[in-house]
Amino acid sequence: MKWLSDDKLRHLQAIVSDRDFSSTKYTFVRELARGGMGTVYLAQDPELSRQVAIKVLNTPDVTDDVRRRMFREAQIIARLEHPGIVPVHDVGVLADGRVFYAMKLVRGSRLDEYTAREDSLRDRLRKFQAVCDAVAFAHAQGVIHRDLKPQNIMIGSFGEVLVLDWGVAKILSESAAHSSEADTLKRKTAGERGTIADYESLRDDSADDTTHGTIIGTPNYMSPEQARGEIKQLDERSDIYSLGAVLYFLLTNQSPAASKAPSSQNHAMEAESIPRPRSINAKVSKPAEAVCLKAMAPENTKRYSSATELSVDIGRLLDAEPVSAYRENALEKLGRWLGKNRFLVFLVLAYLLMRIFFILTARS
Amino acid sequence: MSKPVIGILLGAILGAVDGLTAWFTPAVRDQLGGIVIGSTIKGIIAGIAIGFFAKKFHSLPIGILFGLIVGALLAYLTALMQGGYYFQIILPGTMVGLIVGFATQKYGKTPAPANS
Repeated sequence: MKWLSDDKLRHLQAIVSDRDFSSTKYTFVRELARGGMGTVYLAQDPELSRQVAIKVLNTPDVTDDVRRRMFREAQIIARLEHPGIVPVHDVGVLADGRVFYAMKLVRGSRLDEYTAREDSLRDRLRKFQAVCDAVAFAHAQGVIHRDLKPQNIMIGSFGEVLVLDWGVAKILSESAAHSSEADTLKRKTAGERGTIADYESLRDDSADDTTHGTIIGTPNYMSPEQARGEIKQLDERSDIYSLGAVLYFLLTNQSPAASKAPSSQNHAMEAESIPRPRSINAKVSKPAEAVCLKAMAPENTKRYSSATELSVDIGRLLDAEPVSAYRENALEKLGRWLGKNRFLVFLVLAYLLMRIFFILTARS
Repeated sequence: MSKPVIGILLGAILGAVDGLTAWFTPAVRDQLGGIVIGSTIKGIIAGIAIGFFAKKFHSLPIGILFGLIVGALLAYLTALMQGGYYFQIILPGTMVGLIVGFATQKYGKTPAPANS
């Protein structure tokens, strides 16, 4: 008997683990990333001669619920047509029964990787504002993400910002679910690619996808109410907490440490004991810290009421204007004004110095 | 605040400050009132011209250059009338024009384009 070499074994393993895309129009290229629920592959769309990213469920023998959830994720993303949200091109079922959906291939890096090499706080804030705008759009469509974190935000090669992984997203409003965009999703896919459930069922699926008390999301970035498993009480403000936690990461290069252990009862208390961003990074301004802490307030009523409101405050920070989260004193106001109008101040000072020079020379 | 208003205010303030510095020159101290009024008017004229220019043309370098030229020209005319102190009058006057030119380009409301 002849033993297989390691190389040959690895080759065989690779062939076995390759996804069979024969029932689709796509050609498998390689694996891009693997998560708990699904794996993302790079594939070629021969009809349009472009590369796409295909998310496939990890196991074929899943329950109908998991399969339905995967379809639901594709449907949720499909209705969120926004430059900050990755568009879905196609959805269906592979020959082995796995659900897949094809989406735009984003070339770039995750926000956490991006920040490792991009140190400019201004640039980070600009990117964060784009995230807020994308999330605000989703909220306006009645969708909350529930798993916002730097790993789910991509920065494209041209600086574009995209929010990914809507796998645990929840649909909130009935009206949004019956919008004209939603109507387009009612159409069913034909043939062997499988059938998409009617859109009306989307919201019901979303409401029932997780039992009250279940903890979903990422501990370091989830809101206290999400950590307590209060699934039915979750609304936009839970995402705003997560946005605040992402901002915390951008300001300090670390996730909010105090929320490392999401023990449900103590989470709110832990959230209050999160170290202030300025204690980690002294370069963070007081208004920026206040914006971050307001977004991350343990009580959801004390947070920003919308992602747009948070985005507006980020814009004000970038323009050196006063933010709603921080009341500055007269000295700080003056300092901010001088900082904002540096060139004008320089010109006036130059003028005054020149005047003093003329006075002194005239006297001498 | 509109750009011409910013130009007028800044021109008037800087012109008045410019005139007030004459107090430090004992030879002309008794004419201080006239100097301040004249200098303020000069500043206002420069502010109007530069402010309206900024309303029409939105370019920081061109706005600064225009302010510089207007400031220098008005200061030169003042120096001619004074019959001396060319350097002491033209240089600060030019600087005032530069500041007003910068400020009117950077600040103030830009008129919205008219609807067709």
